[in-house]
Amino acid sequence: MTRSAKKGAFIAEHLLEKVERMNSTREKRVIKTWSRASTVVPAMVGHTIAVYDGRKHIPVYVQENMVGHKLGEFAPTRIFRGHGSGGDKAVVK
Amino acid sequence: MARIAGIDLPREKRIEIALTYIFGIGRPTAVRLLGVTGVDPDIRVKDLKDEDIQKLREQIEKNLKVEGDLRREVGGAIKRLMDIGCYRGLRHRRGLPVRGQRTKTNARTRKGPKKTVAGKKKAKGPGGK
Repeated sequence: MTRSAKKGAFIAEHLLEKVERMNSTREKRVIKTWSRASTVVPAMVGHTIAVYDGRKHIPVYVQENMVGHKLGEFAPTRIFRGHGSGGDKAVVK
Repeated sequence: MARIAGIDLPREKRIEIALTYIFGIGRPTAVRLLGVTGVDPDIRVKDLKDEDIQKLREQIEKNLKVEGDLRREVGGAIKRLMDIGCYRGLRHRRGLPVRGQRTKTNARTRKGPKKTVAGKKKAKGPGGK
């Protein structure tokens, strides 16, 4: 079931505040956030947002066509290194 | 010869079914098209009148995105997902199911034929480790 359009997209209040503040002062800084459930809104385009993956913050540079997706979609929470005793094979990106 | 949207329709089939040979037209769309154009869905393709074919062709051209155009649209959408590096894009890149299905078993449509792994123990029933 999709979210009611009346409410608009969900963005964590604290994150939106920071983004707006950066937009008004025209500064560019990486924002750390734990809010993976927040929707990417047009105001974020051009900023880098470091999204928490459960261990560390992964910097995500927000592009135009990411709008509408959730921040968590850009920071995978699992690392699959392959099966067997191959050691630590690098993740295929 | 009934050629619509660059596809030859099978001559022996009912038009309702034959239309679904076009990529982008399934049963519901086929039925709706025939309703709008007033063509009898039970008629065989080889018995279709030229004007009926013409009507269908116009209707499809006007309202629907089919075949190449549709394929391109779908491909473009997938490419977008891959380019922005989101989870669904990563799944497409790796050829794994995109919509959260299990991959411990099944998922053969996406993963392709089974690749046997050496030394892999046969799965035991419940209770076993």
